Amino acid sequence: MQDTLVKSDVLKGGEYLIKPSKPEDTFIPEQINEEQQMIKETVKDYVYNEIVPKVLRLEKQEEGLSVELLRKGADLGLLGSHMPEIYGGMEMDTNTNTLICETLGPAGGFTVSFAAHTGIGMLPILYFGSEDQKAKYLPGLISGELQASYCLTEPSSGSDALAAKTRADLSEDGTHYILNGQKMWISNAGFADIFIVFAQVDGDKFTGFIVEKGLDGLTLGAEELKLGIKSSSTRQVFLENVKVPKENVLGEIGKGHLIAFNVLNIGRFKLCALSLGGAKASATTGIQYANERKQFKQPIANFGAIKYKIAQQAIRLFASESALYRVSNLIQEKNKEEMAKGASFAEAKLIAAEEYAIECALLKISGSEALDYVVDETLQIHGGMGYSEEGTAARAYRDSRINRIYEGTNEINRLLSVNMLLKKAMKGQLDIVGPAWAVQKELSSMPSFDKLEGAYAEETKAVEDFKKLILMVAGGAAKMQMDGKLDLRDEQEIIMNVSDMLLDLLEAESTLLRVQRLAEMDTKFDQDVYDAILKTFITDVTAKMNKNATDALVSFVEGDLLRTFLMGVKRFTKYTPTNVKAARRKIANTMIEANEYCF
Amino acid sequence: MKILVCVSKAPDTTTKIAFNADGTALNKDGVQYIMNPYDEWYALVRALELKEAAGGSVTIINVGPKENDTVIRKGLAIGADNAVRINSNGGSAMYIAKQIAEYAKGESFDVVITGKETIDENRSEVGAMLAEFLDMPFISYASKMDVAGNTATIDRDIEGGTETVEVDTPFVLSAAKGLAEQRIPNMRGIMMAKRKPLNVVEAVAFDDLVVPVHYELPPAKSAVKLVDPENMDELVRLLHEEAKAL
Ligand SMILES: Cc1cc2nc3c(=O)[nH]c(=O)nc-3n(C[C@H](O)[C@H](O)[C@H](O)COP(=O)(O)OP(=O)(O)OC[C@H]3O[C@@H](n4cnc5c(N)ncnc54)[C@H](O)[C@@H]3O)c2cc1C
Repeated sequence: MQDTLVKSDVLKGGEYLIKPSKPEDTFIPEQINEEQQMIKETVKDYVYNEIVPKVLRLEKQEEGLSVELLRKGADLGLLGSHMPEIYGGMEMDTNTNTLICETLGPAGGFTVSFAAHTGIGMLPILYFGSEDQKAKYLPGLISGELQASYCLTEPSSGSDALAAKTRADLSEDGTHYILNGQKMWISNAGFADIFIVFAQVDGDKFTGFIVEKGLDGLTLGAEELKLGIKSSSTRQVFLENVKVPKENVLGEIGKGHLIAFNVLNIGRFKLCALSLGGAKASATTGIQYANERKQFKQPIANFGAIKYKIAQQAIRLFASESALYRVSNLIQEKNKEEMAKGASFAEAKLIAAEEYAIECALLKISGSEALDYVVDETLQIHGGMGYSEEGTAARAYRDSRINRIYEGTNEINRLLSVNMLLKKAMKGQLDIVGPAWAVQKELSSMPSFDKLEGAYAEETKAVEDFKKLILMVAGGAAKMQMDGKLDLRDEQEIIMNVSDMLLDLLEAESTLLRVQRLAEMDTKFDQDVYDAILKTFITDVTAKMNKNATDALVSFVEGDLLRTFLMGVKRFTKYTPTNVKAARRKIANTMIEANEYCF
Repeated sequence: MKILVCVSKAPDTTTKIAFNADGTALNKDGVQYIMNPYDEWYALVRALELKEAAGGSVTIINVGPKENDTVIRKGLAIGADNAVRINSNGGSAMYIAKQIAEYAKGESFDVVITGKETIDENRSEVGAMLAEFLDMPFISYASKMDVAGNTATIDRDIEGGTETVEVDTPFVLSAAKGLAEQRIPNMRGIMMAKRKPLNVVEAVAFDDLVVPVHYELPPAKSAVKLVDPENMDELVRLLHEEAKAL
């Protein structure tokens, strides 16, 4: 079937805002093949037989247990599924790695140890390490013999990571750098053998180093007492005249920011996958409880207020997941393209993740906020039992919260997504000026009253209109900026509005593409249920788009121009609302019948 | 040692079982299949352990349609060297045993292992019939097996205890819990699976002697009553008056 479909050119980063996509261009989780299914089963086995039964022991930070379980993961090949074969990895494609991450999601705080090791710990060496460094460290990291951590944050520099104070000075004999400083909130610090440390060479050249455990002057703080993810080790790392051999400089002197930021791109993407996997498991506990718990002589799952929560959980997860796998596939295609052009495995991975940095930032927000919504409502469905530490809902609620904070807070990611988009536009890599101008022109013409025809025509139109709306708002702001009437750096509220719109669009379009694709496939459920998800989501997004656009516009335009723009808001948010109550009931009933998150 | 492991597929243990309208077959709508756990966890894994210790090969065999390839490839992912599928829509235990025997006849396997039963129909028949067709000794319900040279020492589960027997190769064995520990296929195994041979052989003609006529679900269980642990009198009363167990 695949061969007969004509695929469009692969979208570049940020281009989803200005170009249409076809269902064939995306990848949806329902498409996973037999091998990926087997991999998923293996990961599930690992999570539910090895990790979940040991959660309470992990939460007490039992000595050696995290490392033992990471090594079990290594035996299954999981620590290197994304790494080159020559170092013992599996070189699996992006979509498979996304699936692995998602399936690990229910492993609670252990996922933080896993992700810190395989992601921010290992990737700096893969991306920027010399051949010698790779050969020295990667095999041990992949086999689980060595554990890694990533030390960027300091007491006085979190979001403003490049303001780190840790210094590195070349020793007099020129063989070593001497590191002095303090790192904070370092995941895996308690058991790490390798610390990727960022320090300012000569006080001003931000640079990465590979620091080995056991060096004189490297000491650890006590375990932090945290709200959640208690099974994950988090400590301060102190560096006092630590002598790091010159060979352990990672990448170029003064180019540490490239390491820090590039590693975070894929980290954010993976955080979304892990969050969604955790959220699905959490939703399942809520549904099961709702089916069991009886009040007023019936299961609470019968009540509309509970059905609403269950449906809403499903819709948000479905939308976020659709965006995740769509972007996953874009990264995968870009990866292939770069390899075909002669890039090495590591280069291709780096370039592909960087290309979709905007989408990765948006997905991080999407996954972490969907997870927060789901664990909150799951706890609520449990009532008093949700508040008890005897069940799993309370822990899931506490564990979730960190995801909006690390890998760049969600505020920082919102700012980044818009700033990167505008930067791409300024550099001429992304033409938003042309399309924004076209929208302006459209505003002065009569709207078309043609009746829409065909399946999903209304939703397709709604998504096209969302794009126009964003171009109108962002284009309007950019124009004011160029005319010197606005400085967006001082207008974070507007940027927040725009980034929310960008995320809503990414999710809405991805959901539409997935549901269109499902309509062509043999599926587990009737298409009606998928349609209900799509229509409810588009209805919700329409209202959000309207509000975000209005809030943004009234903040920087006035008079006649504002009136024109507000008419535009009306014109581009015309989607006919669906009967959301009936649709949500259909969705909820499907999950209640399945007694689990089932999409 | 050359080992043949017979693997079948079975409905996932969480399947909600339903039958077709006239009750003559399982309603397969929405049923997820897995490899029969006795075949996967015990028979196959013990075979692999023996091969790892003493060399040789492990072949898995299944009698069934093309859809079964998924389950077969899982066996290859866990570590079998190659696989054979006898193309057929299946049949009674005797039909299956006959098909496997026809293939195994020419291959001189030292040990042939089946699971002690398939978790759907619990017939425990294929192993014994296969031994008969192959004219080999049969040891059922094995929970431990060591092999030295050509002789195997095998523990069998018997009511309330264990029986230990010795047998020379070749023989047929049915595997029970304890024979080995489940192995999760690792990433490398999964990636290798598609490169390993899976030969498809046509079934030989054989008329089934036994045909299932009707299936029925057990009557639905009534709701469970929870009794407070402090309230022994109530428990005794319920057991006596309602359950009539005392
Ligand atoms: C459990 C845990 C594990 C961690 N693991 C690691 C690790 O392994 N390695 C590592 O290097 N770091 C790690 N971190 C650190 C984490 O990345 C930082 O906490 C995070 O980046 C935020 O920095 P901060 O805590 O200094 O908050 P701040 O930067 O002080 O932010 C405080 C608030 O201000 C907001 N804010 C900051 N700047 C702006 C701005 N320009 N505009 C608008 N709002 C802004 C933030 O969004 C936030 O709401 C971890 C943290 C925790 C809690």
